[in-house]
Amino acid sequence: MRHLTRLRIGPVGFRVGSDWRGPIAALDDLYRDYPQPEGGIPDFNVHLFAARPWRRVLRPSVQIGGDFVIPDAAPLPLAQGLLAAEMGMNLQMALGQRRYLLLHASAVERDGKALLMTGMSGAGKSTLAALLMARGWRLMGDEFALLDPATGLLHGFPRLISLKNEAIAVLERALPGGRFGPMLEGTPKGTIRHLVPDARAIAAMTEPAVPRLILFPNYGFAAAERAVPPSETFVRLTQASTNYVALAERGFDALTRLVRTVPAQALDYPDTATALAQVERLWEAA
Amino acid sequence: MIDARILAEALRDPATTAALDTTGWPALLAIARAEQLIGTLAHRLDGLPMPGVAARILADARASAEQGRVAALWEAEMARRALAPLAMPVILLKGTAYAAAGLAAGSGRSIGDLDILVPRARLDEAEAALLAAGWEWVKPDPYDDAYYRRWMHELPPLIHRERDRMIDVHHTILPRTARVTPDADALIADSVALANGLRVLSPDDMLCHAAAHLMADGDLAGGMRNLWDIHCLIAEFGTAGLEARAAVHGLGPAVARAARQAHALYGTVIPGSWRVWDSHDPLYRRRILARDGWGRPTRKWTRLGFYIRSHAIRMPPMMLARHLFIKWRKEG
Repeated sequence: MRHLTRLRIGPVGFRVGSDWRGPIAALDDLYRDYPQPEGGIPDFNVHLFAARPWRRVLRPSVQIGGDFVIPDAAPLPLAQGLLAAEMGMNLQMALGQRRYLLLHASAVERDGKALLMTGMSGAGKSTLAALLMARGWRLMGDEFALLDPATGLLHGFPRLISLKNEAIAVLERALPGGRFGPMLEGTPKGTIRHLVPDARAIAAMTEPAVPRLILFPNYGFAAAERAVPPSETFVRLTQASTNYVALAERGFDALTRLVRTVPAQALDYPDTATALAQVERLWEAA
Repeated sequence: MIDARILAEALRDPATTAALDTTGWPALLAIARAEQLIGTLAHRLDGLPMPGVAARILADARASAEQGRVAALWEAEMARRALAPLAMPVILLKGTAYAAAGLAAGSGRSIGDLDILVPRARLDEAEAALLAAGWEWVKPDPYDDAYYRRWMHELPPLIHRERDRMIDVHHTILPRTARVTPDADALIADSVALANGLRVLSPDDMLCHAAAHLMADGDLAGGMRNLWDIHCLIAEFGTAGLEARAAVHGLGPAVARAARQAHALYGTVIPGSWRVWDSHDPLYRRRILARDGWGRPTRKWTRLGFYIRSHAIRMPPMMLARHLFIKWRKEG
């Protein structure tokens, strides 16, 4: 492909190729402190290409492809090329990851122990993870957490943090010195702005952590907490995993071990300041 | 320029991968994924020295293929239980058959749908039993349904409502509209029973089916995997009697062409008398190897040519015109 870049996020290497320079330049800028794939060999390839030759220049629209694809994926305008690249990398993980049990969850680490947060879109897992990073936790990832069936340890995937709509201003205030990507208006999920994880998150990105607490945050309710039994946690996490079925017995063993050894709490919160206080308290009690 | 020859070389002689660099390895792995041969490649290269990342990726692929094998055999068992009361021969085809029979062609092979063959006269019974056991229609369209039933070599695809797995129930191995008509009765009569009561085609018929699928049906998509199947089957069973058997099915030319391609790609050992020069072989090879270093399809016009050919060989011109017109009108 005409333009390409390589990068590594956590233990996973990517090669991203593009018909246009723009998305690659954006990746090279925002991921400039990230390492190269180990040994120069990527785990996954992402292709950003024009569905028809003239779409390279005329109302250019970016089709997302790669080693693993979903049929009928809608293209994005070139102005959202960075988002297309991120979606392309997420797609490879969601469809192609077979080494780790992939959990659709954010994760932060303190003292070698990991806090997992998972929930529906809009529950606030990215926002809370970014705010905890701002308060000194090590960010392991805002989208995917990787559970190693061999060890039970959690591996991070600290890609760019994807902030949506109201969360953008919240983090701009919390991290005035943070590095942010371009404001992407009118995406399928509203306005998106990416935040680069801090230096510590990048430097320690291959260090796994021992899972210690699982939270199911839920934004927009009066503050409340409820212990979630292992059975419910198990079912919720199977739904939050894209490769649970594909990993078969390994996935089942990894997940049952996780829910039997790690406590879980449902956490309703009306605003982020309240949520952060709840999280700190639950963490100390865990 | 890189094309899929890099994958053919690695499968033919795994030691050649020692020369791959940071351009070669990503290309090999991407093309192997695109051709659904990553599990096969992983088995071929198992134990050889290679970069750590490549070893990890291939170990994942081996684990995936093993899980795929278990799931495919389970699906075959589900079909066996559904059809057992009918006491009809149920013959596994393609990937599931190779896995169930423990053949080299099944080693690391990706397996998609479950393909079975039953006697044409008992197709209705088989269909009713599968519907009763939880399989459902995928294509609700009346034209497609009627087309399948009248002209195709299989029932419209069925999918199981709980396991989400597809089954293709064949009554022969080529569409009824194709120029040649394989002898379906002979396929069934000479099939071989497995321990669980399910059956597989005889080795020569497996080869005839693989060649028919590649050369007399379709546009050569998946050609590398198909030729690897043929390579493994010939390596395991030889070619004695194959020519005569292919003639029974009218598949002599298809088998000969497939064998020549397997020989060219993978070094398959075939009789000297089969290694004749054919002016079309290079074009077929060009199509089969049409991938770039990202695993993407290349050689658009060659692909288009074989796509058009696939329809031309599948049905007569007026029938094709009518079929395409109806399809076009429905899309509009």
